[in-house]
Amino acid sequence: MRRLVLISLVLVTSVILVARLFYLQIIDTSSESLYHNNAVKTVYEYPQRGYIFDRNGELLVANQPSYDVMVVPRDIKNLDTLELCQLLNISQENLEEILNKAWNYSPRLPSVVIPQLNKAEYAILSEKMYKYRGFYIQRRSLRDYQIAHSANVLGYIAEVNQATLDNNPYYQAGELIGTAGIEKQYEDVLRGSKGVKFIQRNRFNQEIGPYKDGIFDTLPQRGQDIQLTIDAKLQEYGTRLMKNKRGGIVAIEPATGEILALISAPNYDPGLLVGRERSKNFTRLWYDTISKPLFDRVLMGEYPPGSPFKVLTALIGLEENVITTSEAMSCFRGYHYGRNGFLRCHYHASPVNVVSGIATSCNTFFAVTYRRFVEKYKTPQEGIDNWNRHLSSFGLGNFLGYDLPTGRRGFIPNSEFYNRAYPNHRWFTTATISNAIGQGEVSMTPIQMANMTAIIANRGWYYTPHILKKVMGPDTLSQRYKEKHVTTISPRHFEPVIKGMHDVYRYGTASAIRIPDIEIGGKTGTVENYTRIDGKRVQLTDHSIFVAFAPIDDPKIAIAVFVEHGYWGSRWAGRIAGLMIEKYLKGEITRTDMEQFILEGSLEEEYAKPYSGKPFTINN
Amino acid sequence: MLARSTTLRFDWLMIFLYFALVFIGWINIYSASLNDNASGYFDFSQIYGKQMLWIALSFFLIPFILAIDSKFYERFASVIYLISIVSLIGLFVFGKNIAGQTAWYSFGSFSIQPSEFVKAATALALAKYLSDIQTNLKEFRSQVNAFLILTVPMLLILLQPDPGSVLIYLAFFFPLYREGLSGLYLAVGATAAILFVVTLYTDNWWIVAIGILVIGVVAYFINRKRRPSLVKYTFIALAAIAFTFSVDYIFDNVFKQHHRDRFNIVLGKEVDERGIGYNTHQSEIAISNGGWFGRGWTEGTQTKGDFVPEQHTDYIFSTVGEEWGFIGSLTIILLFVGLITRIIFRAEKQKNQFARIYGYSAAAIIFVHFAVNISMVIGIFPTVGIPLPFISYGGSALWGFTILLFIFIKLDATNFHYT
Repeated sequence: MRRLVLISLVLVTSVILVARLFYLQIIDTSSESLYHNNAVKTVYEYPQRGYIFDRNGELLVANQPSYDVMVVPRDIKNLDTLELCQLLNISQENLEEILNKAWNYSPRLPSVVIPQLNKAEYAILSEKMYKYRGFYIQRRSLRDYQIAHSANVLGYIAEVNQATLDNNPYYQAGELIGTAGIEKQYEDVLRGSKGVKFIQRNRFNQEIGPYKDGIFDTLPQRGQDIQLTIDAKLQEYGTRLMKNKRGGIVAIEPATGEILALISAPNYDPGLLVGRERSKNFTRLWYDTISKPLFDRVLMGEYPPGSPFKVLTALIGLEENVITTSEAMSCFRGYHYGRNGFLRCHYHASPVNVVSGIATSCNTFFAVTYRRFVEKYKTPQEGIDNWNRHLSSFGLGNFLGYDLPTGRRGFIPNSEFYNRAYPNHRWFTTATISNAIGQGEVSMTPIQMANMTAIIANRGWYYTPHILKKVMGPDTLSQRYKEKHVTTISPRHFEPVIKGMHDVYRYGTASAIRIPDIEIGGKTGTVENYTRIDGKRVQLTDHSIFVAFAPIDDPKIAIAVFVEHGYWGSRWAGRIAGLMIEKYLKGEITRTDMEQFILEGSLEEEYAKPYSGKPFTINN
Repeated sequence: MLARSTTLRFDWLMIFLYFALVFIGWINIYSASLNDNASGYFDFSQIYGKQMLWIALSFFLIPFILAIDSKFYERFASVIYLISIVSLIGLFVFGKNIAGQTAWYSFGSFSIQPSEFVKAATALALAKYLSDIQTNLKEFRSQVNAFLILTVPMLLILLQPDPGSVLIYLAFFFPLYREGLSGLYLAVGATAAILFVVTLYTDNWWIVAIGILVIGVVAYFINRKRRPSLVKYTFIALAAIAFTFSVDYIFDNVFKQHHRDRFNIVLGKEVDERGIGYNTHQSEIAISNGGWFGRGWTEGTQTKGDFVPEQHTDYIFSTVGEEWGFIGSLTIILLFVGLITRIIFRAEKQKNQFARIYGYSAAAIIFVHFAVNISMVIGIFPTVGIPLPFISYGGSALWGFTILLFIFIKLDATNFHYT
């Protein structure tokens, strides 16, 4: 027995070794290890990125060829640095830094030396590259923009960053990836898949043809084209209207949730972020911290909604049975509450019911309504939470779920919020009375305002707003954009509110924007806002807001326009909304006087006030 | 009688296997070290040229070993052992530090690594001690003495530090077991090895501890008809758990990062093909490249590209795998299995106990080298710097193994003298 232990161990070990060798040499022929096999060179072929079209089939984004100078650090031999620097037109320190970075990334894998050469530069270089061992030129496909607007929607592609490289094995250093907007959201659809070729080298490191006759090679697959719900003409027109103003426009088709226009101003030409000037241009946009062109105001900006919010207050009041359509209230230029509280109102005919309350934007009416439905419950906490529940069903206070990669929740307070703000939970409805008129704690993003308008136009339901119409190919629209969301408000309560919004347009606060043959339901908003200048709280010029839908009986478009520091609702936002609606419904403009006022008008002086020191006299 | 004592009966199979392995070794070293500056097979400035010199010198060494009277090895075993120990101690005074290890005596352009020779000396000393009529491995005292013979060179080599070579001395447990050492030692060793791997694999000593408890309880209830001793079971379980805990502790707190990495890579817990796992990964790729019949001599792309570091020494087998394919690798493994089993077979035939123990030790040493080295090259054992006997580049190693083997061939040749 003792004699057999060593000899059996020898035999068993040998069998294990042979089995492992058999696995390595005969069975395991996966292509996985090819990437690390030094005798096999891996060459990638990049597919064309998918094109982007608008809802009418107009081409927005195509491709153009571009050439990157690449390096495989380990293959560098006898490098004439000086000559190469002259050829590439960079400094010697710069080149050394780039090569060091490439070494650190990987000695064996290619890194980018100079990205995005154009055809002329490529022509000069391509003749001389053979002299520099380890360097070569990689052809890629870059974006070619057919339009000079909508950068906030389209986004851009950029060199993939280290974090993505670490997490996603598909990408190699120097490759391009959608980094914002549609390019980021639909990266997987647009990019296609790159092809790979394995090339066998012999022992002198010379390429001798495809590895194993190319059985592991794959062809690049072109990215799929996509069609957006955006109307390029409307988008372009809106961009022109918003020139020299800050803010945004969101237009939605109520029946489908399709986003017709998504304009953030100021914006930039997407073509700026293509080519060798890219990083210079990007830096300039990035450091413009005053007008913030990279900040998407319609998706990321959270503003108090102001008076359009009164529509929701009215709807909740009707649903909670605390007001009726016939009830009229008198307004004595304001509403007294608590011991010394007073909510100011402006001159208008009195008394008002829900319809004329909306038309005249009476603060008193909605403050009373708000107080009634909150105080209907035993505690203000319960009342506020019920109010919050209604608003949540309108998609407020949370991400809407649209298909763009940025966004904000906005804010709708609940009881927990006020409990934290007021010690011992001692607070009453009156402390939150500003919520009734869309001031105070509530805030919304412009796209939420547009969606809210679409809900009213639909009389109580909405599809999640989305920007992808379809992918040209087997893929179709995600199921979640075909799901109908129904609000907590009964459809019948929408009629008086819509009538009020129609009256806003017929004789109310927005009667100045009347357009022949189009019946609009709208609501103006003039939003007080404050900032700190040198540590002092200063009231700035009011924001101008207008939400609208048209035609009133068969809504085709719901729109929200937001103009920062635009005086009052109808002055800028109302007019812009009217023009946009007419452009979309009729294709041409009849109110050219109004158009001229907007196109020529500028608010730049207004925006310079915090820096120029001019007084914000408009508020008084 | 006189005529018999001067004639020798050599085991030509062992001698043939030796020459086959050395020849194959040189062929592969040639391929692995060939470069643009080489000028012909006899370029002694090249690695393969130097190895040819070592091989030629060992051919002079062999008649010398065979000429010495077989009784000499038995009689002077202790002296040879002591000289070898002194040579190890001398390293700390005269040794040359190469890559952090004080393992070499340097004579001009030649270096000698004494630890390669100490293996044979230790085998002689152990054989001598165990064949002594007063030694009885059932007794504790004999066990301690036998272990002492092994521990002294192990400690000295560990101080160099060369942990890989220390590992080889575990091979002596096989002759010890063969000569009557309790099987408990091997069982404990095997259990410890299994617990070690399992602990590192789970990386949670308490999971293993729970496993041990479960196995212990199950074993206890299966055996309960035989009225097992509860105390014994508890003691064994506690010892195993303590071991597990210490493995966990030592691994995390005593081992250096590069040791941890080596284990983690073999256990598949870490994939780092650019850094620490580079050697093993490249060598695996080279071997995979071989396929059935290999790429042909000096045609290996991985070999030529110098992608596998240390390819002519510890990683020589990756060249075999790439250039000679599965068939070539299999041939080498069969040659080794043939040599080792032949040594064991002949050792069992020895009428002289000294020769038997020595032969057994030689077989065990060659086996451990062979198993550990190839496992490491094909990625199923952590990186340990020990050569593949007769194949890897290195004069000291080649001479060490030549001496180890041919002393046994000489002893074996006189076996029939004993009746």
